Amino acid sequence: MGKTTTSAAFASGLALRGFKTAVIDFDVGLRNLDLIMGCERRVVYDFVNVINGEARLNQALIKDKHCENLFVLPASQTRDKEALTEEGVEAVIRELEHMGFDYVVCDSPAGIERGAIMALTFADEAIVTTNPEVSSVRDSDRILGILQSKSRRAAEGREPVKEHLLLTRYSPKRVDDGEMLSYKDVQELLRVPLIGVIPESESVLHASNQGTPAIHLKGTDVSEAYTDVVSRFLGEDRPLRFVNYDKPGLIKRLFGGK
Amino acid sequence: MSLLTLLFGEKKKTASIAKERLQLIIAREHGTDGRGADFLPALQRELIEVISKYVAVNPDDIKVQLERQDNYEVLEVNIVLPDLKS
Repeated sequence: MGKTTTSAAFASGLALRGFKTAVIDFDVGLRNLDLIMGCERRVVYDFVNVINGEARLNQALIKDKHCENLFVLPASQTRDKEALTEEGVEAVIRELEHMGFDYVVCDSPAGIERGAIMALTFADEAIVTTNPEVSSVRDSDRILGILQSKSRRAAEGREPVKEHLLLTRYSPKRVDDGEMLSYKDVQELLRVPLIGVIPESESVLHASNQGTPAIHLKGTDVSEAYTDVVSRFLGEDRPLRFVNYDKPGLIKRLFGGK
Repeated sequence: MSLLTLLFGEKKKTASIAKERLQLIIAREHGTDGRGADFLPALQRELIEVISKYVAVNPDDIKVQLERQDNYEVLEVNIVLPDLKS
């Protein structure tokens, strides 16, 4: 839940920090990263074209309009998931490495089918995006199991994929009212280190409406929260924000306002 | 808080129900998907072999179960011995 929103914001955040970053859409048949990144009208070739040798990687990569060193590799909208071969995906990732990319962000589709497996196979680190909601937490537990059994690192007996937990659509008020699982609950259930909590916010819809990754909406809680996530990913210490609910005082309740 | 909840006591918060349900389901699924207790079927088979050497037991009368309670796990082995009179 929130995977594509997060991939777009996270990849943009890495690029804003000066890293040459590529973000790949693995949702073959249901692509959406291009829309969220606002480059849907510039898609000519896609990931599957590159894998099949119908286009060069250079031709398929779309330069992001907001960040200097960010590139998007869109998924194919017409093929089916089986078009992603393990050798093909590996070749593309290796070539990106050769082109000097610091980070490759793989936007995984929902579910545990081919697209999702391919997105995690070559991962060094994984950000598991979860909502504080029962079905989402259970699915995340499942995907964590797959991560530790199907990734290349697991298959080759290397150091396991480093896991991070990211909670999205978090509502401190509903947690306070006992209506929503708290981040501590979710962390206790999944036992993965928390990399951040993204508050439920209207700005996510504003961002996707315009095709601007949410991290660019300066001054919003969501943008700040994603910026913190990127900093923590890069090893910096950032206190958790937007997780506590302040009961509105009398004046605030009388006069409204946010 | 309404007068009713004050009178009849608070209903259980749904978030804590969610947490309890998830704790149970996640513990169970870890038992079946290869992480954790994947040795249970083999253990059950070998127990049957050993016990069959001494007593004629029905394989269905041996139950092996793993339960998780808070921070510890309970391995429960239940063997029903045949009726001695028969």
